Amino acid sequence: MPKAADIEKVLVIGSGPIQIGQAAEFDFSGSQACRALREEGVKVVLVNSNPATIMTDFEMADVIYIEPLVPEVVAKIVEKEHPDGILASLGGQTALNMTAELAEMGILSNYNVRVLGTPLEAIYNAEERERFKRTMERINEPIPRGFTVNSVEEAEKVVAQLGLPLIIRPSYTLGGAGGGVARTMEELREIVSYGLKVSRIHQVLVEENVLGWKEIEYEVMRDAKDTCITICNMENLDPMGIHTGESIVVTPSQTLSDEEHQMLRAAAIKIIRWLKIEGGCNIQFALKEGSYRVIEVNPRVSRSSALASKATGYPIARVAAKIAIGLHLDEIGNDVTKETPASFEPAIDYVVVKIPRWSFDKFPDADRTLTTSMKSTGEVMAIGRTFEEAMHKALRS
Amino acid sequence: MKAILALEDGTVVEGKGFGAEGTAVGELVFATSFTGYEEVLTDPSYKGQILMLTYPLIGNYGVSGSHCQSDGIKVEGFVVRERCDFPSHYQSKRSIDEFLKQDGVPALSEVDTRMLTIKTRRYGTMKACLQVGSVEETDKALELAKTQPDISELDLIEQVTCKNPYRIKGEGKRIAVLDLGIKRNILDNIAKRNWDIFVFPANAKESEIRDSEPDAVLLSNGPGDPKRGKNAMSIVKKFAGEIPIFGICLGLQIIALALGSDTYKLKFGHRGANQPVKDLKTGRVYITTQNHGFAVDKDTLEGIGELTQVNANDRTVEGFEDNYLGIKCVQYHPEAGPGPWDTGRMFFDAFLGT
Repeated sequence: MPKAADIEKVLVIGSGPIQIGQAAEFDFSGSQACRALREEGVKVVLVNSNPATIMTDFEMADVIYIEPLVPEVVAKIVEKEHPDGILASLGGQTALNMTAELAEMGILSNYNVRVLGTPLEAIYNAEERERFKRTMERINEPIPRGFTVNSVEEAEKVVAQLGLPLIIRPSYTLGGAGGGVARTMEELREIVSYGLKVSRIHQVLVEENVLGWKEIEYEVMRDAKDTCITICNMENLDPMGIHTGESIVVTPSQTLSDEEHQMLRAAAIKIIRWLKIEGGCNIQFALKEGSYRVIEVNPRVSRSSALASKATGYPIARVAAKIAIGLHLDEIGNDVTKETPASFEPAIDYVVVKIPRWSFDKFPDADRTLTTSMKSTGEVMAIGRTFEEAMHKALRS
Repeated sequence: MKAILALEDGTVVEGKGFGAEGTAVGELVFATSFTGYEEVLTDPSYKGQILMLTYPLIGNYGVSGSHCQSDGIKVEGFVVRERCDFPSHYQSKRSIDEFLKQDGVPALSEVDTRMLTIKTRRYGTMKACLQVGSVEETDKALELAKTQPDISELDLIEQVTCKNPYRIKGEGKRIAVLDLGIKRNILDNIAKRNWDIFVFPANAKESEIRDSEPDAVLLSNGPGDPKRGKNAMSIVKKFAGEIPIFGICLGLQIIALALGSDTYKLKFGHRGANQPVKDLKTGRVYITTQNHGFAVDKDTLEGIGELTQVNANDRTVEGFEDNYLGIKCVQYHPEAGPGPWDTGRMFFDAFLGT
């Protein structure tokens, strides 16, 4: 199917200010998306609050608004521009939250704006802890046992059932902000009360301890025709309990047998199919001796997608943008080979190592313990024919 | 341990030997999957070939023994960029070096596999000679590379097929499997569906197969040029139209030949776990494992079978069926081992569920 004919103008929401958990990678993916849409003859309206980005350069979009990324302002832009669709899944969490809020306000339905790519329903199913849990249970995919709580008292009750330590994850936050590992009751109270504060819907998940399990991620893509592919997998050198953003990450996985790899790959594809995501998606697993848990699903282009994209040469954001306007994977060209379609899985003959960078020089008093929330402010990626080569290149740069 | 690899075009590379000492000759082919070395080494379809993996780090998770696709290593020789002597995995029983040594297969590491892969892609599959341990004059290795017979002149199926017929009991319908070098995962997949399996050697007679009163026949994967599978072709002709016939990989090629199509040798084959196959009925694309150096000529398939699936990269034949004769076959490996599980249920449920 060629691109949907009724989509002539698309509103792209930028990633906003650069902060921990949301850095230049979303400028990278947003710019790729703008370019990909314009290639297909779609008029691009861009709104971003951060003028110091590539995507706000004149040639990136047809109309550019540099305005605060708050629902009232974006609603006015929708009113003025009457776009046919809105692209939510390429500007990081900020854009996703913005789209959700616009939908809740009724702006999208009032002005007949379609959410392109991944439907909002899928976003809720993946991001809201309780719904995510229900979805995984329905499709028989194992998740760590856990409970969503809205108060510290409720969290304390969980200890009676699951014991300590416990992992705490707030809903709807960036880079796992406000999350952590609670080893004592005191830590539990502290982390939960902070987590409730930062969560957009005042909700945190208190869950079973999978600390020390292998942490494996998959980058998956799906189109409206239900073709699913995985771009690559990634293995975290630091196991579960340390945020991916704080961990050294290697692509492809180094210690998984084919059986384990295929088991997780099959689970990743089952999940993206069930959630009906159209575009890119990042899925995290914990793995220990052949058994696994689904940890998290990011129904959007993420920080890891930027890494996967650069590591394999597969332009995830570009392809996701084209899927969003109705193209199928086998109709999208492969920019690397020029001959074959985008419906393939990259086979790499090298190793990629990513190392995080912390700005302790600028924040000398910051807590230097690595936990489930992200403190690194940047990262380095290197490619080598051996693990040692890639590691050394990354350390030296 | 010194080791060299000589190619028929005069290329000689030197690296570190591992596995067994000795000399191996065969076609040098490359595969691109980054996991599953235990499965590919023991895949009988690699008989007559020296296998090179494009992914550079091999052996990280050791060898478990439980993922083997046959009774031992089937490749003639093995070439990698870097091998791992200290594997880390809860199932690992030994290192890749110990595995190769035990089965007497020579291997080479610390060579530029990327260069060799590019050469193969550019000039096509080449004949090669691998010498490990007592390396003689390079001239001798080059001569062995050049003078060895072409893969199409070798009868490889008889080297990997089972010696005697055997049965894997099940409750369901009866299937006669012609073992041309079958991978264990295929049998496991059929057994999982509880069919009563009768496995026959490649040279089995029609009467023997008939005695098992099969409800269907399956032609397995296997090594070499499909045109060497004369007996298998005659079996197809005998049963076509009478009971359903299924084919996987070499099986598909032999069925196509038996029905009057032609096959040809691909420039460097499809070997890896990332080959996109487009289903022409649904328009969906599946990622598959493949391991074949020959393909069915699409033009000669016309009027013989309905093309159902093609490779999304080069449009070669990936599946065809003939509803009148009850024939269904695929060029890729739905049983995986190694590779994606995307097509397993589609093939085994739909084809064997009938």
